[in-house]
Amino acid sequence: MWRYIFRRFMQGILLVFLVAAIVFFLGRFTGNPADLMLPEDAIEADRVALIEALGLERPMHEQFAIFVRNALRGDLGESIRYRQSAVEVFFSRLPNTLMLIPGVMALALIMAIPLGILSAIRRGGIIDRLSGTLAVLGIATPNFWLGILLIYLFSVQLGWLPSARMGSWQHYVLPTVTLGTFLVAGYMRLIRSSMLEVLDSEFVKLARIKGLSETVVVWKHCLRNALLPVLTLWGVFLSGLVTGAIVTETVFAWPGIGRLTYEAVIFRDYPLLQAVIIMDAVLILFINLLVDILYAYVDPRIRLTN
Amino acid sequence: MIDDAVLNVRDLHTHFYLRRGVIKVVDSVSFTLRRKEVLGLVGESGCGKSMTALSLLRLIPKPAARTVKGEILLEGEDLLQKSDREMQQIRGSKIAMILQDPQTSLNPVFTIGDQLREAIARRHQGSKSELLERIVDALRKVKVAAPETRVHQYPHQLSGGMKQRVVGAIAMSRSPKVLIADEPTTALDVTIQLQYLKLLKELQESSDMAILFITHDFGIVAKLCDRVAVMYAGRIVENGPVREVFDHPQHPYTQALINSVPKMRKQVGRLPTIEGQPPAFFDLPPGCRFAPRCPAAHARCQTEYPKSFTVSEGHTADCWKLESAQ
Amino acid sequence: MKTLPWTSVIIICTMVFVALFAPWLAPHSPIEQSLANKLLPPFWQDGGSTTYLLGTDEFGRDVFSRLLYGARVSMTVSALALLVGGGIGLAIGIISGYVGGRVDGVLMRLVDAALAFPAILFALLLAVTMGQGLRTIVIAISLLLWATFARVVRGEVLSIKQRDYIALARVHGCSLLRIMVTHVMPNVANTFMVLLTLYVGVVIVAEASLSFLGAGIPPPTPSWGLMVAEGRGKITSAWWLSLIPGIAITLVVLAFNLFGDWLRDRLDPKLRQL
Repeated sequence: MWRYIFRRFMQGILLVFLVAAIVFFLGRFTGNPADLMLPEDAIEADRVALIEALGLERPMHEQFAIFVRNALRGDLGESIRYRQSAVEVFFSRLPNTLMLIPGVMALALIMAIPLGILSAIRRGGIIDRLSGTLAVLGIATPNFWLGILLIYLFSVQLGWLPSARMGSWQHYVLPTVTLGTFLVAGYMRLIRSSMLEVLDSEFVKLARIKGLSETVVVWKHCLRNALLPVLTLWGVFLSGLVTGAIVTETVFAWPGIGRLTYEAVIFRDYPLLQAVIIMDAVLILFINLLVDILYAYVDPRIRLTN
Repeated sequence: MIDDAVLNVRDLHTHFYLRRGVIKVVDSVSFTLRRKEVLGLVGESGCGKSMTALSLLRLIPKPAARTVKGEILLEGEDLLQKSDREMQQIRGSKIAMILQDPQTSLNPVFTIGDQLREAIARRHQGSKSELLERIVDALRKVKVAAPETRVHQYPHQLSGGMKQRVVGAIAMSRSPKVLIADEPTTALDVTIQLQYLKLLKELQESSDMAILFITHDFGIVAKLCDRVAVMYAGRIVENGPVREVFDHPQHPYTQALINSVPKMRKQVGRLPTIEGQPPAFFDLPPGCRFAPRCPAAHARCQTEYPKSFTVSEGHTADCWKLESAQ
Repeated sequence: MKTLPWTSVIIICTMVFVALFAPWLAPHSPIEQSLANKLLPPFWQDGGSTTYLLGTDEFGRDVFSRLLYGARVSMTVSALALLVGGGIGLAIGIISGYVGGRVDGVLMRLVDAALAFPAILFALLLAVTMGQGLRTIVIAISLLLWATFARVVRGEVLSIKQRDYIALARVHGCSLLRIMVTHVMPNVANTFMVLLTLYVGVVIVAEASLSFLGAGIPPPTPSWGLMVAEGRGKITSAWWLSLIPGIAITLVVLAFNLFGDWLRDRLDPKLRQL
């Protein structure tokens, strides 16, 4: 099992490295990298200092070496807007985003698992068709518009829930629903198709032949197998979650790393954007590793080989 | 003699309802299985053998398939009249089944012990250690080496042959009256096949069990079975004691099947084959289904389905050829 | 023809028609301001008029006209992005699948990495470093597509590789390039078409999202995403500014998705897991 984990870890490191390299090159190739990284009111002395520090007039591979060296020390540049280390800004906002995650995951699992299972067991039935329609709608509706629509309905018209920023538990509701929608839709379809596949498998037939009741067959034998793809495809969902977080936090003015990304774009704060992207890659590496460990533990075929 | 029958299938019809039409995959099938008897059900792939087996257990894929007619008498009780709940009680305890592919028969995320325990615990209540003993015992009975370790292992850690033995152990754990074996050795290595068949025979002899052995291999039938029923395109065309049918096959299809089994002692230039293909189930001819491929067919064979003629004690065949002999 | 999803097809055709003929269909110019007429509601509400069917924004620009021109933007960007991203994915998929070996290994590693990381981040980075514009956004959205296309096409190619006409072509001495272009490519066309239709929806939402975040086509060109963003501040008083473009996006994406599903079921059902 550990060899599997190690391999996945190395793949993750490769990803971080690739991302950093791409970010680096994109920054250096656009004519005037120094201008990109300096605030508008920078004086000539600042410019010179920056060029010196990052070696902007030296050949590319040397610049990259400096970049990597700094990165390993935790220095990914200084945010133009915040006048602080970009990495520091990132970590100061990260907890706010992390606070949203449990709610979103809970929503996704509580809704997707039962709906997915019931849709598969009673294929073509009312629940199947209803949830299918909801899923299709959920995927077609753009995240940002859903958020605004929800604000309009629940904040403006009904006045039940607040429309922006963090605060009490009420503040969590709309952002969680917005962010969670595509996750619910995606998971539900996945669990449904996974269940359908498992229900058709030989060992389920054998379980019925053994004389086990339908309940046991479904909830014990099918479920564990059907949920495995949820873990394997987690990486894809994580990617979508990050994207969704950017948009959702922007709509709800939620002070997390999603909104930070938006600010970096709007204010053309290149160093901050650079840091956010690379740190996102590290974050993704970390989370994927955790999921991989979980998956390796849950699937005995991986746990007990190699 | 009929009192000895543990399973009596009468005029069984199972149909598949598809958009294109109705497939009569089991079309008026009747046979009897006696106590401690091994009945072979032989036929080509797709002739309806597996569907017959699933019909007996009432596990046909709903809603596409339905058993529309017939009686399945297990120790005198008609299974087709039972409720779902009653059927569930019967499955595993009175009738059991072994499936063809050992690789997919076992759930990959549970240990062998878990899967055995599910079956055993339904019959024997007891403490954890008592159950464990029974499980190890069950494994020992099917000759799985080092059963104490195997109990804690997962299916992927066992070879194909061993997995199939575990499936066998699960099937026999509650001492069923009838065991249905659906091509249990087809997916195994040839060398393992013989071992497995021997094991089945031993287990059957030391218990009260009757086996319905489904296969396409006449060679296996010769080794293992007491009686044989030959199936073609959804119907049974010949039925009788193995030795009898082997030495005096009456139905042209049976004859062709037997001829196609390579015999070690005879010199053969070319292996005989049966011309043509089995009929598509949508396109069943009104008469004898084998007529298009039969070397001895007359006009009557095409239009009228042959009656069942008795050849000798317990040996029947459905062929018009036999009418003249009566 | 009977089972064609007519509603979707009608919506799609309307969209394409509007995109092509927007300049002739729109009653007003999409960028012309008229401060005297600012923030008028849609015609069915009090204060609205049929001159400005769906109301006006804070600069007095006609929402309906902007909506029509926005269709143009969406379609243009989508078509270009699908061409570029899909084309790259197609090429990489064919090469990777057919050539195999190390090349395949490296390319697929890249594809895996690309799929694991949210492409929107690169899209945003491009907007900041290369500036906003059509070129930037087409490249940005292409980044979203190429990896999935490459992977699916590669899968197709792997099975095509085994077929007899490929072996025959090699026996006849066809060059590698020729085989890939004249024998392999036409046979993945089916799958490729289905993928294209399935991803139109994704691309439209991507363009709208990027515009919403301020990284898309720069103002004053109306993009639906941009319209939603601009109307956001006035949601309490002028709901139509944000909500109407959003409805347009949802409807169009829904239509394309349903049509894509139907096409997939007809042409290549094994893509169902997408």
